[in-house]
Amino acid sequence: MIGRHRHLIGLEDLSREEILEVLKLAVSMKEVLRRPLKKVPTLRGKAVVNLFFEASTRTRSSFETAAKILSADALNWTSAGSSVTKGETLVDTARNLEAMRPDVLVIRHAASGAPRLVAESVACSVVSAGDGAHEHPSQGLLDAFTLAEHFTRASGAGPEAPPDFGLFAGKTVVIVGDVSHSRVARSGLHCLPKLGARVRVCGPPTMIPAGIEKLGAEVHYSLQKAVEGADAVMMLRIQHERIGDPLIPNTREYSRLWGLNARKAADWLTPQCCILHPGPINRGVELSPDVADGPRSVILDQVQNGVAVRMAILYLLAGGGAADV
Amino acid sequence: MSDLLFIEGGRVIDPASGLDAVRTVVIRDGKIAEVTERAERPGGARTIDARGKWVTPGFIDLHVHLREPGQEYKETVATGARAAVAGGFTAVASMPNSSPPNDNASVTELILKRAEAAGLARVYPVGCISRGQKGEELAEYAELQDAGCVAVSDDGRPVSSPSLMRRALEYARVFDLPVAVHEEDLALAGKWSMHEGAAATRLGLKGMPSQAEEVMVLRDVALVELTGGRLHVQHLSAGGSVRAVREAKRRGLRVTAEAAPHHLALTDEDLARAGYDTAWKMNPPLRSAEDVQAVREGLADGTIDCIATDHAPHSPVEKDLEFDAAMNGIVGLETAFAVCLGLVRQGAFSEKRLVEALTVGPARAFGLPGGSLARGAPADVAVLDPAAVWKVEPERFHSKGRYTPWKGASLTGRCVYTLVGGTVVHAADKEGK
Repeated sequence: MIGRHRHLIGLEDLSREEILEVLKLAVSMKEVLRRPLKKVPTLRGKAVVNLFFEASTRTRSSFETAAKILSADALNWTSAGSSVTKGETLVDTARNLEAMRPDVLVIRHAASGAPRLVAESVACSVVSAGDGAHEHPSQGLLDAFTLAEHFTRASGAGPEAPPDFGLFAGKTVVIVGDVSHSRVARSGLHCLPKLGARVRVCGPPTMIPAGIEKLGAEVHYSLQKAVEGADAVMMLRIQHERIGDPLIPNTREYSRLWGLNARKAADWLTPQCCILHPGPINRGVELSPDVADGPRSVILDQVQNGVAVRMAILYLLAGGGAADV
Repeated sequence: MSDLLFIEGGRVIDPASGLDAVRTVVIRDGKIAEVTERAERPGGARTIDARGKWVTPGFIDLHVHLREPGQEYKETVATGARAAVAGGFTAVASMPNSSPPNDNASVTELILKRAEAAGLARVYPVGCISRGQKGEELAEYAELQDAGCVAVSDDGRPVSSPSLMRRALEYARVFDLPVAVHEEDLALAGKWSMHEGAAATRLGLKGMPSQAEEVMVLRDVALVELTGGRLHVQHLSAGGSVRAVREAKRRGLRVTAEAAPHHLALTDEDLARAGYDTAWKMNPPLRSAEDVQAVREGLADGTIDCIATDHAPHSPVEKDLEFDAAMNGIVGLETAFAVCLGLVRQGAFSEKRLVEALTVGPARAFGLPGGSLARGAPADVAVLDPAAVWKVEPERFHSKGRYTPWKGASLTGRCVYTLVGGTVVHAADKEGK
């Protein structure tokens, strides 16, 4: 259980305390991850099914790794195409998998709300690994974890100091790009303000969804204005199918106005501002290579923290013993 | 000896004549004989005790999907007509998007034959605007009208081509047929699952702006001006559409409009609160609070002529899916009166407007008989209990359709008797409800 929740469908449903419960546990999990022998028996005998209706090597591998470190058995079920084209409904697929008695069903689906539909149809715990443009809760949590680590380092604590989750107060995080189609942005918007941070979103108006202010976001169209005084900038991936949608004329103009390169970073960002990206990066579109690989980038920290956060999620939902970590 | 039925002591609301008073309705040989304060009831005459009840003309719904022929697993003319009379409706206009579509006399005749066999509500078939609802060629309006169609519509899809719409409005003038339209600019709407706004943003669902409807209403009002045709705007949902229809009426154009109970009652935020429940998914989608307010005002001031349910039954095959994948459409015949009466209680519009929009309003919009308790009219009558509290249990619907946003809700107001041509076709007490 995460607080009152048997499932993790979205961060909108989680309170600040429930978010902190996962993040704090992830600190211990990250420590496990850094041991020479990366294996604990915590979830031995538990089964995790990764049910992916969208290709996603990164997130699936992260959940799989997390399950294996905790000694759970992980099964990957990849299914291209929607339920309609396949002839079997989503609920049927989920019930079939449930009959194999997993403890946690991790689901990625192109349709917003699909994990919730599955959660209503099965008895095991359901974790959303991203649904449509709705939420990507484990990404939101790993982003928060990574930001806390960065804020802790920036506060002058030693490199081995544990992340201080109290440092979000007064911080500003900017999310740049196609917010309209981004579940990462939405999970960030549901998570970061609960921890005390302000969130700005920035991009062309064609990529800023209606009523995003009601989720607490401050909207900017100018990147320079958006990042002024910011403590972190999260660059979203520009999906090639959006070009000519016609949301933007082309990647060249997008990159000129909303992409980040070394010159803009040097001129516009505060010295302590870090850069996140949920991956995979379109190098040269939203991020130039020198920025993606530069000192501000915490992108690889995000990947590592993703495993730790997912270990914490699986641990809480599959009900591992508290003393085993 | 003639057959006599007295509906005694009810509050008779007949907006067509302006009557709203306690009266007895006397029915002789299936027709309204008189509506009177003091009736001499001869021995042997049948009676309905309507004290504490409303007695109104039978409701007329200009927008239902009976799914027959072709999709009988969703609904049939008989089950749809049964649902209609249970909701106080004595006449329904059935949309032509059956399989095959109602674009020729044989389909029209089949629907009428089924309706006659059911012997419940009157069914008025609506023919296609375009052959096969393809939006390319005109359907044969003379044949359709001769067979019994009362209007033409490509409902379910818009008439995207402005030139076809122009020709439809022009050609239908010969037959004085209303051209009833589903207004949606498909290109502007794009691929959508709900209304565009903060609720859609939160749910991560693709939104369709209200303007995708409004621009088409504006186009068609302009085409009415060009052609002198007769336009009926179906399931109007956008504030901008209300303004466009109001302005068209002010200028004397032949434009009528309907609104559905769900568009009068529910918003996109209500949908968001229900999660991704596909019983809240329909076309047009539930709109913003501002749109809903504008539609209510449009009904109150007469811009909107009638309440029509857009009763659109689906089976679990189409509905128990991801929200994006589920088909649009909910049932409405058995909840419409109670839902709209609830809006009256909230002050959205008057009791008189409610009854008007369910009776004489739709009758005039399509030029149908009925909708009034005038002497000599067929005795199509609804007896309603405005105080009856009941819980919506879709599994008890007469319709085969079970998807309604009011599932489990407690509603107030229920039809207790429905008479078609003087025959009692629905009696709530006989159902143990």
